[in-house]
Amino acid sequence: MTNQAAILAIHQSNYDEYIIQVKHLTKKFTDVIAVANISFEVKTGELFGFLGPNGAGKTTTINMLTGLARPDTGVIQIGGLDCSKNPQIAQHLIGVVPDESNLYPELTGFDNLCFCAALYGMRKDERQERARELLKTFRLEEAANRKFGGYSKGMKRKLTIAAGIIHCPPILFLDEPTSGIDVASARQIRQLIADLHQKGTTIFLTTHYIEEAERLCERIAFITQGQIVKIDTITNLLQPIQGKNVLLISLTNLNENLCNSLTNNFSSMKFQANKLGQIRVESISPIILGPLVRFIEDQGCEVLEASRQRPSLEDVFVQVTGIELDAMKKEKEKAGANL
Amino acid sequence: MKTWIAFWSIVQKDMQVYYLKPPNISWGIIFPIAWTGMFFIKSGSGLDSIRMLLPGVMAISILFGTTSLLSVTVTFEKKNRSFDRLLLAPIPLELLMLAKTGGAIFFGIANAFVPVILASFFTNLSNVNWAIVFLATLFIAIASTFLGLFIAVTVSEVFEAQTFSNFFRFPMIFLCGLFFPIASLPVILRPLSFILPLTYGVDILKGEINQLNILPLGINYLILIVFCFLLFLASLRSIKKKWIL
Repeated sequence: MTNQAAILAIHQSNYDEYIIQVKHLTKKFTDVIAVANISFEVKTGELFGFLGPNGAGKTTTINMLTGLARPDTGVIQIGGLDCSKNPQIAQHLIGVVPDESNLYPELTGFDNLCFCAALYGMRKDERQERARELLKTFRLEEAANRKFGGYSKGMKRKLTIAAGIIHCPPILFLDEPTSGIDVASARQIRQLIADLHQKGTTIFLTTHYIEEAERLCERIAFITQGQIVKIDTITNLLQPIQGKNVLLISLTNLNENLCNSLTNNFSSMKFQANKLGQIRVESISPIILGPLVRFIEDQGCEVLEASRQRPSLEDVFVQVTGIELDAMKKEKEKAGANL
Repeated sequence: MKTWIAFWSIVQKDMQVYYLKPPNISWGIIFPIAWTGMFFIKSGSGLDSIRMLLPGVMAISILFGTTSLLSVTVTFEKKNRSFDRLLLAPIPLELLMLAKTGGAIFFGIANAFVPVILASFFTNLSNVNWAIVFLATLFIAIASTFLGLFIAVTVSEVFEAQTFSNFFRFPMIFLCGLFFPIASLPVILRPLSFILPLTYGVDILKGEINQLNILPLGINYLILIVFCFLLFLASLRSIKKKWIL
């Protein structure tokens, strides 16, 4: 888009490196501090992940960055424009895909896209061409003339993302893009996000699916209770646990004392039980299974399965935030696990 | 130019999705007929009463047409978050809200002329200055629509929009001189009539159609325009406070 290119050129000098800059951002709702003094930057062309459990402050942060909420304190710069006092000043630079598919149920898929394009001032022929192009990209051509209200959840999500990029924004905010949809649609959406990033769009992705963030993002910020607890590249985040050996043992009759007994007898290893009847074993040195299994069976438990785990971002998240894996899993199940 | 493309698209979309739906069109026709019929039978003074009833039926058609649809559609869009899509678009908030109310204003004016068309079959309306009537209709529609907008911003549920609208609408039927002269109201209620915008719109219509106005034309227009501005500004302030948190 020539206009977008012109806008970008005007502000280019201000945000060569960082297209989004946030300093000391705070937002309170009556007595609740939703976002507490957070600061971060997003590089131009980066796919930046904003990761945290439900209620951590992800959506509030997105709302402040996009102009749907006013920060109590702090500075937001988007594309070199100061949005702190005038939240709507940079809206021409951004596309937003909210966590709910919020297009018009009475309009067809094609009409919804054309309408969204018109909101950004695109001419009739221009918006129709772009709508057709996106329907093709998102494999929704056959549903183009059907009403949005009759779409499946996955189709709704795809069309909502298409509406978010209808005006080719240089920055895209994606709030939980794959939440609650089927596996195939989620996979397709992740591919579309990767393609958009490949083409140079800066993407700000919020999700509580850790694996999704690990697969897609270059840098990640962990947020809990309104505070950023860690921010780094995936490689750097994984560095401290890279050499670790992790084993997951499924067993019967798991009791509270077993972990303590294991810790006392195998002091070089770390044991953690979960509610699924499993014990997670962590060790710097390789884990030899035989003595471990024999000890567990001597305690009256039967080992059903033992599997080696690849250290993942999930481990880092647990380490950094203190949030149990079970809690995250429950959230996933609630949202309709699709990974 | 780009802003105007967005403006017209919002107006067109609302017309297509809400105002030109068959149930709303039929409601816009049936509602004035029902009110005319009710007062026609009640007055018992034959066809002559149609002309007397016309200003009141026009005003009530606009009031109910605009406030009902606008408050419900805006509350509905806010509830399902499609309104956020509009707030995220690079359009000044003032223009966005004018676009959002444009369809309702048009719908209100169209509603007002349904009883006029019907009345023209039964009574001679050739001596009416339609420019004055149209302008009055326009300003009543604008004021009523902005009242609907104010209601929509105040409530959060669709059903609340309807009940809260009635809190304003039903008293206005009796207090604004639609069917009963303000002079016949108890003295204690009369000041209330003059703090409601519909009183001034109805007075213009009564003056032009029945030569029964109580205030000069210019004063009525001026006060009506001031009400339009105040209601629009109050709605904008409320939107900024409640919807852009």
